[in-house]
Amino acid sequence: MDTYVIRQVSVFSENRPGRLAAIARALQDEKINILAFSIAEADGFGVVRALVDRPDRAFERLGSLGFNVAFTDVIAVKMRDEPGGLYEIARILGDAQINIEYSYAYSGKEAAIIILRVDDVQSAIQVLLERGAGIMESSAFQ
Amino acid sequence: MTRIWDPRIEEMPVADLKKLQYKLLKTLVYRLYSFSPFYHERMKEQGVHPDEINSLEDITKLPFMYKSDLRDNYPDRIFTAHRDDLVRYHVSSGTTGKPTVVGYTQNDLNNWTSSLARALVSCGLGRGDVIQVSYGYGLFTGGLGLHYGAEKIGATVLPTSVGNTERQIELMQDLNSTAIACTPSYLLHIGEVAEEMGVSIRDETSLRVGILGAEPWSENMRKRIEDWLGIRAYDIYGTSELSGPMFCECTEQNGFHVWGDLAYVEILDPETGEPLPPGEKGEMVITMLQKEALPMIRYRIGDISSIEEGVCACGRTHPRIQRISGRVDDMLIIRGINVFPSQIEYALMGVPEVGRHFMIIVDRKGALDEMLVQVEVSGEAFSDKITDLMGIRRKVEHRLRNTLNVAVSVELVEPGSLPRFESKAKRVIDRRRL
Repeated sequence: MDTYVIRQVSVFSENRPGRLAAIARALQDEKINILAFSIAEADGFGVVRALVDRPDRAFERLGSLGFNVAFTDVIAVKMRDEPGGLYEIARILGDAQINIEYSYAYSGKEAAIIILRVDDVQSAIQVLLERGAGIMESSAFQ
Repeated sequence: MTRIWDPRIEEMPVADLKKLQYKLLKTLVYRLYSFSPFYHERMKEQGVHPDEINSLEDITKLPFMYKSDLRDNYPDRIFTAHRDDLVRYHVSSGTTGKPTVVGYTQNDLNNWTSSLARALVSCGLGRGDVIQVSYGYGLFTGGLGLHYGAEKIGATVLPTSVGNTERQIELMQDLNSTAIACTPSYLLHIGEVAEEMGVSIRDETSLRVGILGAEPWSENMRKRIEDWLGIRAYDIYGTSELSGPMFCECTEQNGFHVWGDLAYVEILDPETGEPLPPGEKGEMVITMLQKEALPMIRYRIGDISSIEEGVCACGRTHPRIQRISGRVDDMLIIRGINVFPSQIEYALMGVPEVGRHFMIIVDRKGALDEMLVQVEVSGEAFSDKITDLMGIRRKVEHRLRNTLNVAVSVELVEPGSLPRFESKAKRVIDRRRL
């Protein structure tokens, strides 16, 4: 099951000009590729979340620059790229009483991909596989 | 109308007043040497005996008292009155989380009330006036202090306390308040809210006097308030250690009269401790000559000002202290509440999710002070979840509010982004233009 768990890099950031640039620059310096990415914002601060090809290196580099960095386990689920695709996935998790804490999407080469942070990762993987949904293996990213 | 509340005292010739002060000082020092273990010890350490106090100027031989003496002896260990003789307590927030308690005997309350009776009459108030007391009632000394002073002179008190501004304005109109006692920033706020309600304080109320204090303000602000609201604005001064608000400007508006029979003020060079001549700015050191429950001798109150001696144009012979121009420490006054950066440091120690570094940014939004505290989220506490971070922020806000008794907004910032100080920390950015 662990083959499906992806380590997302989460970075605390103040909500002001130039902060995202500082993070992106650090990743560029290390030649780290960002595969999927989102920003969650609150009043005055935000959390930058990214799937990157070399998470350990990203963690180390950002940490050494003084950023607050954490790893968060997420999964990447393939969706049918047509009406109802998201419903299919959301319904499976909803039926199993698994809560989606947040998600973001990106358009993969073969299918639409939704990145999910859920309250119970193992159960989510299990139920999605049982119901025939496709989950990307973490090796596809990292 | 009474022009001077207590002419015998207030117009006492300067030489007689000094003699009276000396007599009161001598009695006080003997009393404390004999009955206060705390002050006895202090005098011994200083190597001074009451017999060596033979003139008013000899006061410089006596040891100082500090706010920390009250805190270290919390709650009442340096009180010199029997518990059963206390008739009231007031409590103010302390510098490191622990509050300071002030006790009052009946005589202490009587002196406090007469001090304010004289003060209120000196700015033209008396019987027939309706005085709206919009200072907080309760542990804070402002509300109850002004309340009893105003009753004493036969004025009618409208005890509105703070808050519920629209109702304050309605009552001001309906009951014809002629004077209001509050912080200058709260009066500005009342003026703004009144305008929003379509009420002109200048033309549609009977308000003619403002007794304003508990926070620093300026001559510019006085002019703004007077021109806008059509009133005369007077500066009032005091702290709980002195009893509460005590001294107020007379109609000359040229510094507040310090009643010499109740208090003796020295102005010292803050560096050397040497006395400075009248007119020169220095650190105020106050001795309360008649307090019974909690005597304050050479109390280093921390405010900077200068003294004017000689008879005032109003006829009063008691010295005047000019508007407070600053602090010797980093104390801030936010909406009338004293705030020390050390209190914030203390409060943050109890929240491991944030580091120990912080910055305070004070600003004035409209008429009201706003305090923002920036803290760094610690690496261990960082969570990917926004709700967790919001929770940390709420926790810090809650804790600061409990420690400081004033609402604070908190901003979470990146670790390492706040300035580090090697010597004296400058953690306050004050953007208020007073």
